[in-house]
Amino acid sequence: MKPSKTLIYDGSFNGFLTSVFVAFDEKINVADIQKNGQGQNGLFSDTETIFTNVDKAKRVWNGIRSKSYNAITNIYFAFLSEEEGIELLLYTYIQKLMAAKKGKEMDYSDGFVLKISQLARSVGREKHRMEAFVRFQLTKDNIYFANIEPDFDVLPLISKHFRNRYADQQWLIYDVKRRYGIYYDLEGVEIVSLDLNEIYFNRTRKSKVFAEKEYDYQELWNDYFKSTHIKSRINRKLHTQHVPKRYWKYLSEKKEAV
Amino acid sequence: MNFERIKEKLNILADAAKYDVSCASSGSTRANKNKGLGNSTGMGICHSYTEDGRCVSLLKILLTNHCIYDCAYCVTRRSNDVKRAAFKIQEVVDLTINFYRRNYIEGLFLSSGIFKNPEYTMERLVAVAKKLREEENFNGYIHLKSIPGASDELMYEAGLYADRLSVNIEVPTISGLKLLAPDKKHEDFTKPMLKVKNEIARYRNERKIIRSTPKYAPAGQSTQMIVGASGETDKDIIYSATFYYKKYQMKRVYYSGYVPVLQDSRLPAVGTQVPMLRENRLYQTDWLLRFYGFAVNEILNDAHPNLEVDIDPKLSWALRNLHLFPVDVNKADKHMLARIPGVGMNSVNKILQARKIRKLNWDHLKRIGLALNRAKFFVVCDSRRWEHRDLDAEKIKGMILQTSTGKFRNQYSKQLTLFN
Repeated sequence: MKPSKTLIYDGSFNGFLTSVFVAFDEKINVADIQKNGQGQNGLFSDTETIFTNVDKAKRVWNGIRSKSYNAITNIYFAFLSEEEGIELLLYTYIQKLMAAKKGKEMDYSDGFVLKISQLARSVGREKHRMEAFVRFQLTKDNIYFANIEPDFDVLPLISKHFRNRYADQQWLIYDVKRRYGIYYDLEGVEIVSLDLNEIYFNRTRKSKVFAEKEYDYQELWNDYFKSTHIKSRINRKLHTQHVPKRYWKYLSEKKEAV
Repeated sequence: MNFERIKEKLNILADAAKYDVSCASSGSTRANKNKGLGNSTGMGICHSYTEDGRCVSLLKILLTNHCIYDCAYCVTRRSNDVKRAAFKIQEVVDLTINFYRRNYIEGLFLSSGIFKNPEYTMERLVAVAKKLREEENFNGYIHLKSIPGASDELMYEAGLYADRLSVNIEVPTISGLKLLAPDKKHEDFTKPMLKVKNEIARYRNERKIIRSTPKYAPAGQSTQMIVGASGETDKDIIYSATFYYKKYQMKRVYYSGYVPVLQDSRLPAVGTQVPMLRENRLYQTDWLLRFYGFAVNEILNDAHPNLEVDIDPKLSWALRNLHLFPVDVNKADKHMLARIPGVGMNSVNKILQARKIRKLNWDHLKRIGLALNRAKFFVVCDSRRWEHRDLDAEKIKGMILQTSTGKFRNQYSKQLTLFN
């Protein structure tokens, strides 16, 4: 038997796909696929560093897509879940997919298929929530700025939505947890990594960074939110089910509740 | 902007608009062009939820709560002593744009009390929409309330700028309307509906020939009726809804449990509980009619004029039609699968998919997500166990009620609570 190997990649999705390509191409017996820097070497396996190669990644991507369009979205979404060990899970899934006949990925009685589709669904849910719960605040530099702190790495998934919607204003959405953001400069969206020294929770204390009118609109929205509910129908459990508390600190309508 | 004044107006005019339950912002595609603001993709987004759990998707306000009418069920009615306010057209535009830019909302829902006359009021609603579209290049969602009695010309113009138009018929029966809204005539509601319906059809036909035909009310029409204010039966309500779905091609009919806000001898007293469970059953029925292939007289008829409160309408129908069950999930057609209690449309599709690969047994059905506590009495599958045996409707109902824990359970429990 060939000795098993741990593949080390740079953490990007293309890097992961390249690893898959190399593993298939060189018929490597894969022990694990790990992000650079967080590796834990197995006792009896060698490591091999994989250099991201877009062409190779593309071939894997196209290969999967020709098998099933549904699978490729599931794989990408599940990858962004950043779940520990997701790479090996996805690798096994891809192996199964490639070996199977068409339509096989729909078999939810297979544990791997079920797990991947569940992860993808959770990521999809949070993507949708971020499209809803981003709250922009207008800065003095005329940029609409928002902090988010999602459980999963959904910024790549929401960029198109915001680009289509806010084509005539500059905006920046910054992920506090992963310390990078997406910035739209009226031309296109770029990924920016910057270290913000202040996180902009929705507190009642005003920051000098934001335009003066900004706080007026936040107050109007906050007020509006309060006047929308009908007292005789209050159902707080349903409310927090829809708006989980972990998002509250960035919602301008929840300012007092944080 | 005079902030304090705007704030006061917003408080008054948002508060008065909250009884309109429509919140949909879906069903319209209005792509962002020429780097404008906003993009409607057909999928609605709830940006927040009220503390009673409803979606907040649109800035829902009245242009004014001044009103020349005196409808008994309405907070804004003439004889009610409340603070009055009115927005200027530009103020509504500014609020909408600034809320939209901060990603608070999907668009605007603009309704109004009637000042001066219907025509004058409608004109101003249309002016807001027109300004948003033409001056602000706004492609978000706009829902305009048609004012009963507005002219065809204005209704025509409204449809060019709005995604959805609606007029609330409020009271499901004509006799009830006479009693509760003496100033309004039934035709005042239906005339604008008819106009909009015809224009939608005309534009759709023209679009088939000329692709560049502008859109006319692409998200269609909706209406709302109040439940529990004028003593009507569920049959009255649902037959009336069916009439509007068919005759005016409504996209949605909303049902709004009456919230007693005014002391009036014609209405339930202030403090009466909002009929939320009844409202819920009506929505379930509405769904059965629109998506599950039920005919209205199967669910409600003279022998059965009201929905049962303790069980959902599909289960109630099934118990009255036990001779059609059990259904074999591995053989039955889509139509019949959709009629099994505890099986939703999602499950129906999953069953159809999954049974191509293998015969389904109880385990599979559970994993697919059927509500087996109900479904098991009406189904046979690839298993020898069969729950139906020779139970009659009463027994089945009893067994289901014993095992279910509905969210409204406490509202219809006959058991008295000990320490209340």
